[in-house]
Amino acid sequence: MSVSVATEQRQFTALMRLFHWLTAALVLTILGIGVAMVASLADYHRLVSIHRPLGILILIVVVIRFVNRHYSTLPPFPATMSPRERSVASASELFLYALLVVQPLVGWGMLSAASYPITLYGSIHLFPILPHNVMLYAVLRWAHTVLAYLLFLTFLAHFGAVLFHTWVVRDGTFSRMAPWRVRAH
Amino acid sequence: MGGWFNPEALAPARFADGFERVDGIYSGFRLNHAKGVCVRGSFESNGRGTRLSKAVVFKAGRVPIIGRFSLAGGNPYVADEPEMVRGLGLLFKLPDGEEWRTAMINTPVFAVNTPQAFYDRLLAAQPDPRTGKPDREKMAAFLASHPETVQATKIIHSHPASCGFENSTYYGLNAFWFMDASGKWTPVRWSLAPMQPFAPANTTGLARPDKNYLFDALIAGILHQPLQWHLIITIGQANDPTNDATIPWPDAREHVDVGTLTLDHVESEHSNPCRDINFDPLVLPEGMAASDDPLLSARSAVYSQSFTRRAGEKKLPSAVTPSEVRK
Repeated sequence: MSVSVATEQRQFTALMRLFHWLTAALVLTILGIGVAMVASLADYHRLVSIHRPLGILILIVVVIRFVNRHYSTLPPFPATMSPRERSVASASELFLYALLVVQPLVGWGMLSAASYPITLYGSIHLFPILPHNVMLYAVLRWAHTVLAYLLFLTFLAHFGAVLFHTWVVRDGTFSRMAPWRVRAH
Repeated sequence: MGGWFNPEALAPARFADGFERVDGIYSGFRLNHAKGVCVRGSFESNGRGTRLSKAVVFKAGRVPIIGRFSLAGGNPYVADEPEMVRGLGLLFKLPDGEEWRTAMINTPVFAVNTPQAFYDRLLAAQPDPRTGKPDREKMAAFLASHPETVQATKIIHSHPASCGFENSTYYGLNAFWFMDASGKWTPVRWSLAPMQPFAPANTTGLARPDKNYLFDALIAGILHQPLQWHLIITIGQANDPTNDATIPWPDAREHVDVGTLTLDHVESEHSNPCRDINFDPLVLPEGMAASDDPLLSARSAVYSQSFTRRAGEKKLPSAVTPSEVRK
């Protein structure tokens, strides 16, 4: 660990990278399940039963991750990025965090407004966070779809920007978050 | 994944469109079992169900109930007819926020055993706009390819309807699994046996009854004295099909009376939360689980689609109005 002196740090910390890839896997899985379940008759119940606890798990992971990020030292942006690019990158990261917190809360609130029991597993369930009101449910149900598309588009933009920097600009952006350890040149 | 990539697949949205196509669009109402009235009461468990399921609802004691009586079909203003399928949706409010919801009807078996067959039958029974009656040829073609429906219809007709909601037997139709405290699973079906004496429906149609006569009789009945049913659990055996709602289990199967449902309040959909509850048959407490019956997941999906559609729509007044309930 002696190489990762703060001034030479080129990668996010191991814990931050773990959280990043865990979030990526969970979010892509839940988006896939969401798409499949709204179109499915045969698997609807099974998929919804996974979707609910997975959404709450993402909420917990993202909150812990955000706190961890606050107390961690971030690697500097690559020198190839202009100040403008840097602020866009930071803002888009913040936007992703916001979506990842708001989306599970909207799901939880929507089930509350519909007066469904919010079952996680077996008899374990969450308390409602909103009163029974179907008009409110309708709005939140719509918002849940809109936010899901927004989340997917933001993910695509994030993914595209990293690919562009890694393969076109060749500034090693990917290695900052690579799951494996990358040593300084 | 059907519907997202293949619009022809039978997705919940297409199912819902089918109901709207056949019955018309009524803002704020359920796509099926649109006409209804709300009830409240309680379920008093005698504790005998605990040997089958560890679900809290079967421990000796009382839990509050919200329910809804309904008639099948998508028209919320349809005139009551004796042979229409009657429904009873129940929500058992269990301690600590758990719930058991069930949606039952007054036929001992269901007419179809797959979601596709339900959809095809729905369209085959669609009234022809010119005659106002279903096309006989379409229904004949459906029945020719669905012998299980022909068989189920015979069974349904061998159980003549009672004269009202209050003395109807309601059946859960699909099979479920119960798990006891030791982790042992048992296949079950359930039904509600009325304590109000049976009287046959008058199907001769001589005197044209009032268009809400079934609901009015129910309301008068509850206002006179609380209505009661025994909750009967039928215990399946190893070879009893759990995936086919058209096939009854043999009569010799053990029946366990696990408690008494009492309904003592009736309210219009205007003033009671039942209108805004989705009686999703897969809202089950710990100790109960879905069987492999393909109708169950499909019911859950389509009920949810119907709930989402009506949730955002303007709510029109129900046929059974508050004043009707009070009179």
